[in-house]
Amino acid sequence: MSSSARLSLWQAAWVIARRDFTAIVFSKVFLLFLIGPLFFLGIFAGGGYVGAMAADSADEPQLAVAFTPDANAAIEKARDELDPLVGMPDITLVAPADAADPRALLEDEDRNLLGVLSGSLADPLLTGPKEDVERWEGKVAIMVGAARGEAIPQAKIEIDMTDGAINRQTAQDATARAGIVMLFMLTIFLAGMVLSNLAEEKGNKIIEILAAAIPMDAVFVGKLFAMLGVSLVGLVVWGTAAGVILLLGASALPVIPPPAVGWPLFFALFVIYFAMAYLLIGSVFLTVGSLAPTVRDVQTVSMPATILQLLIFFLANFAVGQPGSALEIFAAIFPLSSPYMMVARAAKEGVLWWHLAAIAWQVLWVAIFVKIGASLFRAKVLKSGTAGREKGAGRKGLLALFGSASNQS
Amino acid sequence: MRTAARSTAMTDLLDQAPASDKPLESHDYAIEARGLVKRFGDTLAVKGVDLTVPRGAIYGILGPNGAGKTTTLRMILGIIDPDEGVRRIFGEDRPQRIARRIGYLPEERGLYPAMKAPDAIAFMGSLRGLPRAEGRKRGIAMMEEYGLGHAVDKKIKELSKGMAQTVQLLGTLVHRPELVILDEPFSGLDAINQGKLEGLIRQLAADGTTVIFSTHVIHHAERLCSDVAIIAGGQVPYAGSVEVARDRLPPQVRLETKNESGAWRDALPASATREGGAWVFELPESGIEPLLRALIEGDAGIRSLSIERAGLHDAFVQIAGEAAAEAMRSDAPAQEIAA
Repeated sequence: MSSSARLSLWQAAWVIARRDFTAIVFSKVFLLFLIGPLFFLGIFAGGGYVGAMAADSADEPQLAVAFTPDANAAIEKARDELDPLVGMPDITLVAPADAADPRALLEDEDRNLLGVLSGSLADPLLTGPKEDVERWEGKVAIMVGAARGEAIPQAKIEIDMTDGAINRQTAQDATARAGIVMLFMLTIFLAGMVLSNLAEEKGNKIIEILAAAIPMDAVFVGKLFAMLGVSLVGLVVWGTAAGVILLLGASALPVIPPPAVGWPLFFALFVIYFAMAYLLIGSVFLTVGSLAPTVRDVQTVSMPATILQLLIFFLANFAVGQPGSALEIFAAIFPLSSPYMMVARAAKEGVLWWHLAAIAWQVLWVAIFVKIGASLFRAKVLKSGTAGREKGAGRKGLLALFGSASNQS
Repeated sequence: MRTAARSTAMTDLLDQAPASDKPLESHDYAIEARGLVKRFGDTLAVKGVDLTVPRGAIYGILGPNGAGKTTTLRMILGIIDPDEGVRRIFGEDRPQRIARRIGYLPEERGLYPAMKAPDAIAFMGSLRGLPRAEGRKRGIAMMEEYGLGHAVDKKIKELSKGMAQTVQLLGTLVHRPELVILDEPFSGLDAINQGKLEGLIRQLAADGTTVIFSTHVIHHAERLCSDVAIIAGGQVPYAGSVEVARDRLPPQVRLETKNESGAWRDALPASATREGGAWVFELPESGIEPLLRALIEGDAGIRSLSIERAGLHDAFVQIAGEAAAEAMRSDAPAQEIAA
């Protein structure tokens, strides 16, 4: 029979993926799926933006100086000279009569004062709340000394600025952990969605129609990749939103240390490793889902897969703190944790060939997982026997997943 | 395990070779199945089914719920593989390889509720290789032809159960298959739609399409089918022509006379019984003429005399047993052993 008598594995997978993708992306539920994280991001960014605006617009509290006019002028001059060196408080000059009662002056709601400096240059009195007085006491003393004409010790310091003052390794460790958390949250969310999708299929009794027309491997692959497509749509939307938020509230957001491979490559690698992590765990979820005899059981049987995912997350999180250890190397090689560890490595190390090797390794395991998952899916989703199957169908099927689907058609 | 009875052609074929060692060779059949066995755990659901479906036939699979009809159809279609045995569709032993030539309506109806009806039809066509746009175009035309033109903009969840069932049937046919397999297609349809479906099946056959359907309602098979397989307890005790099945039983004679007694009574077979004032007995091997002569000469005063050919139901009872026939009559759903 000619190959045109049936859709090839990839053609059939495309039919399934297209149906699932459009059904999900154009559903109201997907809108909620997109908006959910944006809602939290929006609150976070909104709060930060408002805080930044408030911080920018608020008047800084000032130090009221209530000496004689000459002394006030000397203080003002000393303050301006010292401010670039040691950072002085803003000052406001007031008449000594206004500071006859410094406490009353502090309580004046028309003024925003951190303290009142009264008395004279020879015998100054600093009045103010305890924390402000303790904070500014030293600098006020230097300022008064300079106003008196006392010599301020200074030395010429050569400056050599670097791009980061904090420990770079520690900072990138934080980026690595952030990457792992993001990867984990996205994959667990999407694996749950692919499971729900399968449950819907079982509930609608569609599965038999699909099984009669196309290879069950194609159903498995189509569903898996449809959800990957959905997740990439989500990533684009969320990534765009995050970019806008970063632009709007940059000053209020904590500074994330740049990864070792640089931001553009890090994002690209993150997307690739996300796809790998999702395809690996998603195939586990889909396989487990096919074992459930009823829709209700689908959620129950997914529990072991969820626990597995949590264990992988904990393993990766633990291993990232032990660079070069046997555990870290194991976590980087073990297929399910490899994407997480490699995201962490992209944050901490700039060696690129590691990623090429890791991606090739993970692609191999994705193919193995998908093939095994699809075989189990086929056998379990509609109970099947063995007679009438081609010998070596499993091996051929694995090869087919790598590009030659001819034996399927 | 081998079945007790087979269709004539299949018997000839099978007698030439033991079990499933020799490949089936006939290309005159749309479907050929031999020795199909299926177990689910410890339950032997199908115990060696043999059947052949001639090309262009309307073929019925008759049996009560739980007899193994659905499992047999699933094995034939390649949805599940048999544990033993061979099946071929159009000579192909991997039925899914020729999926484009087959249409299948499963017993458990299923459509995506959020899809519009023409999209659902197009999706089912696309699974069989029909381009989506063409499938949608054909779907709308078929819906209009089938009296569902008002529902082309509706989603499946907005349709009545019967309408959704019809949409799925159209989806089964949209790619114009050469072989249509319908599992309990009349189930859930009202009388009007059952009549429409019968007409559609006849039309398909007239166009050269082979139609095979399962049913537990004998009248549908009797009205439509040229051939049937009777399946009971996972076995096929009879597979072949409906006419041959009916001819397995002698015709029944029903005689009413004015006179109750006379010499003519000696001409009645010993097995004759009284039913509602009439004598009922099987047509004697010697035919009706000697009896008729005796009735006239004996002055029986014939009021009515009819010779009724056995119906498919009678044949079913004779072949599958009264218990299976009783199960067929009952609509109580039995445990269908299936995935």
